[in-house]
Amino acid sequence: MSVEQQEPRRIYTPVADTPLVYRREPEDAHPPLDYEPYKSTALRHPTQPLVYLPHTLGEITGPALSERLGMTENDADLTRQHAGEPIGERIIVTGHVYDTEGKPLRDTLVEVWQANACGRYRHRWDRYPAPLDPNFSGAGRCLTDAEGRYTFTTIKPGPYPWGNHYNAWRPAHIHFSLMGRAFAQRLVTQMYFPGDPFFPYDPIFNSVRDPKLREAMISTFSIHKTQPDWAQCFEWDIYLRGPAATFFEEER
Amino acid sequence: MNFTLTPSQTVGPYFAIGLPWSAGPHAVEPGTAGAFTIRGTIYDGHGDPIPDHLLETWQADPDGRFADMHGHGGPSELAGFHGFARCGAEDGDGSFEILTVKPGRIEDLQGRLQAPHLAVTLMARGMLNRVVTRIYFADETEANASDPVLARVASDRRDTLLAQPDPDGGYRFDIRVQGPGETVFFAV
Repeated sequence: MSVEQQEPRRIYTPVADTPLVYRREPEDAHPPLDYEPYKSTALRHPTQPLVYLPHTLGEITGPALSERLGMTENDADLTRQHAGEPIGERIIVTGHVYDTEGKPLRDTLVEVWQANACGRYRHRWDRYPAPLDPNFSGAGRCLTDAEGRYTFTTIKPGPYPWGNHYNAWRPAHIHFSLMGRAFAQRLVTQMYFPGDPFFPYDPIFNSVRDPKLREAMISTFSIHKTQPDWAQCFEWDIYLRGPAATFFEEER
Repeated sequence: MNFTLTPSQTVGPYFAIGLPWSAGPHAVEPGTAGAFTIRGTIYDGHGDPIPDHLLETWQADPDGRFADMHGHGGPSELAGFHGFARCGAEDGDGSFEILTVKPGRIEDLQGRLQAPHLAVTLMARGMLNRVVTRIYFADETEANASDPVLARVASDRRDTLLAQPDPDGGYRFDIRVQGPGETVFFAV
């Protein structure tokens, strides 16, 4: 069917519980793309102003990927992906994915990847001379449940050096990828651990200029959810953008 | 807003251990009627390829329907249609290639028809947040001329959003993150 003959799609029929328009993110909600202390941003940020994109069907929809990925329960347990157990502090990382109105986002894909206990990634380009762990790949994924909850079992990643500046070390972190429930909600971020001594020196952590927002990237230790004789628990909730207050926010 | 948004952080250099998968670049199953490739290279401000980039695309099927998790406007009835592609490699050379079909036209909020396009998310080491662009098709001259989003873009920069037909039936779409010919990016 040629594009010209095609009947336009009548698309804006409301679907229960799903926004037709997402809220615009405040200017300083995310770190700037041009951030001098993180040197690799220099040649990798646009210099022209961004063009305002009204939300259309392509921005308020998103894929369901679990079937395509062939996900299994072991995908969420990074300590059980090999014949033996990985070395390190066994931890449970759990929390909710909400929108900014506090609505739990169910069935949303959460993907994680991380260094091993020594701070080494199983990646060919990682040259840090720390041992690889034959029992640790460092990647996991799960879908949030009806309450928006995700849970991973893994080992605590180590900090590691990098080449940004003299004696630069990344604080220990787990990378998180959130598909959200719409293109507009896509987010990739990092979860940190409380009390990390490298926080003051890390330009990536500090690229988030508002101290309250920086704190929102740090997980909380939970003695209540720590499993006796088994694993420490760190909790971390994630907030993706919620619906716009009015439909007409888009009319500009 | 009751709760504060979780801020973005860079995808970093090592995402390939977790995010890409072998069939990820297939927005349609191989063998789908009308399937073609869109290939291109991501360049930095020096004109060097960005090997550690992650590119994702999202689009409607040729009838303008999405494989949407909510069922908005859909669902797509095209067998083997996913609508989502993800490219990124452990030994990347800056290039990407997706397999897809040409999307149909969908309305914007005001009921104006948009030209066929793909929504694109690009991330990389050295990017503290994603950047968003769109892939339109250079051979959709008429539809592009009335597209309400292209109309927001300065006319001398619109061609940075147009995939050019390849002799093999596919398309080529390069992204220049910075510098001469800088690709148009959107605030979504």
